[in-house]
Amino acid sequence: MDLSAINPVLLIASLMVAATPLLLAAIGELVVEKAGVLNLGVEGMMIVGAIAGFATAVESGSPFLGFIAAAIAGAALSILFAILTQFAQANQVASGLSLTLFGLGLSALMGQSYVGIKPPQMGDIHIPVLSDLPVVGPILFGHDIILYFGIALTAAVWWVLKYSRLGLVLRAVGENHDAAHALGYKVLKIRLLAIMFGGACAGLGGAYISLIRVPQWTEGMTAGIGWIALALVVFASWKPWRALLGAYLFGGVTVVQLNLQAAGVAIPVEYLAMSPYLITIIVLVILSADKSSAPASLGRNFHASR
Amino acid sequence: MKLTNLLTSAAVALGLAAGAAMADTTKVGFVYVGPVGDGGWTYEHDQGRKAVEAEFGDQVETVYVENVAEGPDAERVMTQMALEGADLIFTTSFGYMDPTINVAKKFPNVKFEHATGYKRADNVSTYSARFYEGRAVQGTIAGHMTESNIVGYIGSYPIPEVIRGINSAYLHAKKVNPDVQFKIVWAFTWFDPAKEADAAKVLIEQGADVILQHTDSTAPQAAAQAAGNVITFGQASDMSEYAPKPRVSSIIDNWAPYYVARTKAVIDGTWESVDTWDGIGAGMVGIGEISDAVPAEVKEAALAIKDAQANGTYHAFTGPINKQDGSAWLAEGETADDGTLAGMNFYVEGIEGDIPQ
Repeated sequence: MDLSAINPVLLIASLMVAATPLLLAAIGELVVEKAGVLNLGVEGMMIVGAIAGFATAVESGSPFLGFIAAAIAGAALSILFAILTQFAQANQVASGLSLTLFGLGLSALMGQSYVGIKPPQMGDIHIPVLSDLPVVGPILFGHDIILYFGIALTAAVWWVLKYSRLGLVLRAVGENHDAAHALGYKVLKIRLLAIMFGGACAGLGGAYISLIRVPQWTEGMTAGIGWIALALVVFASWKPWRALLGAYLFGGVTVVQLNLQAAGVAIPVEYLAMSPYLITIIVLVILSADKSSAPASLGRNFHASR
Repeated sequence: MKLTNLLTSAAVALGLAAGAAMADTTKVGFVYVGPVGDGGWTYEHDQGRKAVEAEFGDQVETVYVENVAEGPDAERVMTQMALEGADLIFTTSFGYMDPTINVAKKFPNVKFEHATGYKRADNVSTYSARFYEGRAVQGTIAGHMTESNIVGYIGSYPIPEVIRGINSAYLHAKKVNPDVQFKIVWAFTWFDPAKEADAAKVLIEQGADVILQHTDSTAPQAAAQAAGNVITFGQASDMSEYAPKPRVSSIIDNWAPYYVARTKAVIDGTWESVDTWDGIGAGMVGIGEISDAVPAEVKEAALAIKDAQANGTYHAFTGPINKQDGSAWLAEGETADDGTLAGMNFYVEGIEGDIPQ
């Protein structure tokens, strides 16, 4: 065992990278669920975002354009879900599941000619002096721009949900859509926008995997992150900062357990491999003991005549 | 009425055509553990499938199913293939072993070929390649090239094939560099690019400047490239898009000659259950070109090991070798027998850590 081989600074820096796709997807789904819609298609939207972003970045040479394309692709796929559930009144669980299956198939088709290609690199930001600081520099000031965007988005979603009129309306729609409708709010329109926001975030998360974390395109490369994001939203009691904590915890334990393995720590590998799931669930369950509950209208379809 | 008639006759015509085609074509099925576009293990098996198509043309029809999980899913896919009239089915991952045996019992007239396993039956052959011969070449290069004396190894599952590779690479790295140390991470997956990339990054952060992988995607190559001064080896496929650096050489699985020969045996009616285990000499294991990032004398040493194994004058496991606990395994000059190699479940002396059970 040689724990000194683990460099804590690099460890924290790489756990932030490992956590970002999860954070982006979870924040998007959080907003969707706050509006009273349960979209189980996160995995599908992520993988489509991953290939759309990858393809655009390769064709245009700009990773930044890739991320924009990923957000658009994710949102476009989510519109399909919105049409099915909000206008055709289809079951949300079934529609979400089929969206995931559809996304996995569609992405494999779109990605046929992009296997084995290297995408253009997105440089890390470099702020003179700040980025060169020991310890703080690599952790806080040496990442790519999307990682900071993820944190900023968390803050923005938290502020909007808590303090703004828009957030209040969104929550009203999620808690009691009939009351919101009676007050004159356009329930379907608000939900449509929330679903599209969720799709765009999932798409960004997927592109983060294919453009920065891995970076390459392979079929099925999101490998279940979308499902973990869904679980994270519930365990985080629909609170943005807890979702951030959960994502960092999950990403962190994932990276730490690989580090412990490489350092030869005498814990059976099987326990290490399940530790990210276990620890994240335990911590978030303890945190959610304050009885915060799901949006009351979560998963229920709305029709104005009822 | 007219439309119905038309449809019926079309269906009959199709049925006849299909029936006629069925009569004299041999149907060959392939079950893959990853996507054909993984750029590694499954990709090479699919190249073998294409070689079969190219060789026999209209005589054969090939079908494949990719991304088949090891376990009950595999059994379902194989059963489906057998029901659809496959004459020969290649199941191309270690974890398909029991499913293959189970399905083979139900379809005694269908021939099965299971890769890298050790259970056979009258209609189940096994075949594998001596990848450890290639690992000996990689270990030699790794031992010479490492400056930090730390070699990172991404293992998939703790099965004999993977452990053999680790042991072979370690022995040959140690031979040329007594200070070398192996850090081993088990990914518990054959294919998960994000996880493989994380594992490679972790190993690099802990000082490894050589990464060996026994997982199927090119993600570790990309991670090594991003890190800079790290070398890697292509796994299962050449992965030459990462040459000349980080990828300095590779093990290439060449299944095509075997697949063609076995398909021919089925067509001729001469198929028998056999156990094939070929190495560099027979061409089943190829060593990808050693790139210019490797100094000439290291390249020479690596090629010498390769040639000696190809012509049979050298065995990768030649004594004296002790097991990890210090007990003697092979005496001076003794070589390992295939039985021990096939079931290898121990590290050799010098490797740290335990094999997950």
